Amino acid sequence: MSEMRKIAVTVNGRRHEAEVEVRYLLADFLRHLLGLTGTHLGCEHGVCGACTILFDGRSARSCLMLAVQANGHEIMTVEGLAPGPDKMHPLQEAFRDNHGLQCGFCTPGMLTTLIEFLRDNPDPTEQEVRVAISGNLCRCTGYQGIVAAALDAAKRLHAAKRG
Amino acid sequence: MKPPPFRYYDPQTLGEVVGLLGTLENAKLLAGGQSLMPMLNMRFVLPDHVIDLNRIDGLSYIRESGGALEIGAMTRQRDLEFSDLVARSCPLMHEAIRQVGHRQTRNRGTLGGSLCHLDPSAELVSVAAALDASVTVTGPAGERRIEFAEFPRGYMTPAVEPDEVLTGARFPLWPKGHGWAFVEFARRHGDFAIVSAAVLIDEDQNGKIRRASLTLGGLGPAPVRVREVEQALIGQTAAAELFRAVCEACRKVEAMADVHAPASYRQHLAAVLSRRALDAAHARAQERG
Repeated sequence: MSEMRKIAVTVNGRRHEAEVEVRYLLADFLRHLLGLTGTHLGCEHGVCGACTILFDGRSARSCLMLAVQANGHEIMTVEGLAPGPDKMHPLQEAFRDNHGLQCGFCTPGMLTTLIEFLRDNPDPTEQEVRVAISGNLCRCTGYQGIVAAALDAAKRLHAAKRG
Repeated sequence: MKPPPFRYYDPQTLGEVVGLLGTLENAKLLAGGQSLMPMLNMRFVLPDHVIDLNRIDGLSYIRESGGALEIGAMTRQRDLEFSDLVARSCPLMHEAIRQVGHRQTRNRGTLGGSLCHLDPSAELVSVAAALDASVTVTGPAGERRIEFAEFPRGYMTPAVEPDEVLTGARFPLWPKGHGWAFVEFARRHGDFAIVSAAVLIDEDQNGKIRRASLTLGGLGPAPVRVREVEQALIGQTAAAELFRAVCEACRKVEAMADVHAPASYRQHLAAVLSRRALDAAHARAQERG
């Protein structure tokens, strides 16, 4: 049995306290202990990008972090994206309207990656979008729909800001 | 997937780290975790103790001092990427960092972690070799400085003792108006390079080369400075034909073979990428000079 630690982590605005094995991955903590299965695990060694979350606002691979490292920090998962149960985030709407997903496995990682990217670069070129999602593997779409969705989302977010 | 069992420590001071390193057997330091964590997940490493450096203050900084950039070991690669100081004073590092992994890994990955992991193709390792960097390590006897040329002891083995921790690196800057280029060939964007070439060039107003630095990554167990090419360039007038001719020497640099490419292909890439990097660096020197 490995060592245990008490941690307190804020996930999608809600504080959670738990006792975890120190070797427990952050991704497993989110999925198994908190039941937030929106964060997907593909390769579990930092290649596929499906488990991307925002750690203190910055995208990170949750399979490459320990749950204990999140103690005292803030995490946003894909579940924290939509403003309410019956309303999606403009980025999610753009994915739906542009065929940005098929099987949906890579989608949580794509969305969290693009949330950070569009915040830092609200008016990106197509090439910049392609580089931004280069650490996220998708085996369905050929990326065309995802790139289109990201560019469309940038426009929608601009429009939303102008109100 | 689960890392093997270990004991976990998250000290708040460097003193505590050195103390732990002095008493624990088979301990691993956890910096950004972008190499160590996959190795733990795959159980390529089986440490009994993991010492997390993420809660230590004072190891993340980028500053200019005495003609050099001083960078703390826990400075995130992302902070290097978005630093105006790095972009302005050390454009080679700025260009290289954008080829290190992806946004999500640069957000966590650190300078010190990359240098100590010492992957033969790692961009930051090549940049350190190119700039004649030095690193500072702290151990029970205090601080000591290691010239980067002496830093790689072998394949992925830095000259850091088991009871020492790397705390920072110093990158001497090149004069204003110098040319630079970091060119690499990788199968996919963000992958480790199969071969990379890092070039720095300083020319006088007539295009005569005063100083040159050429570093090849991915060929051997650590990046190599190609002194033969550097020497052949000094005193010459920069020109495409000159670059093409001198870079042929890169085909003779000893290269390893692996599943990605045979040695001969790496040597071919070394010559081609060196020439491209020199062309690009020269063009930039002309623009800025």
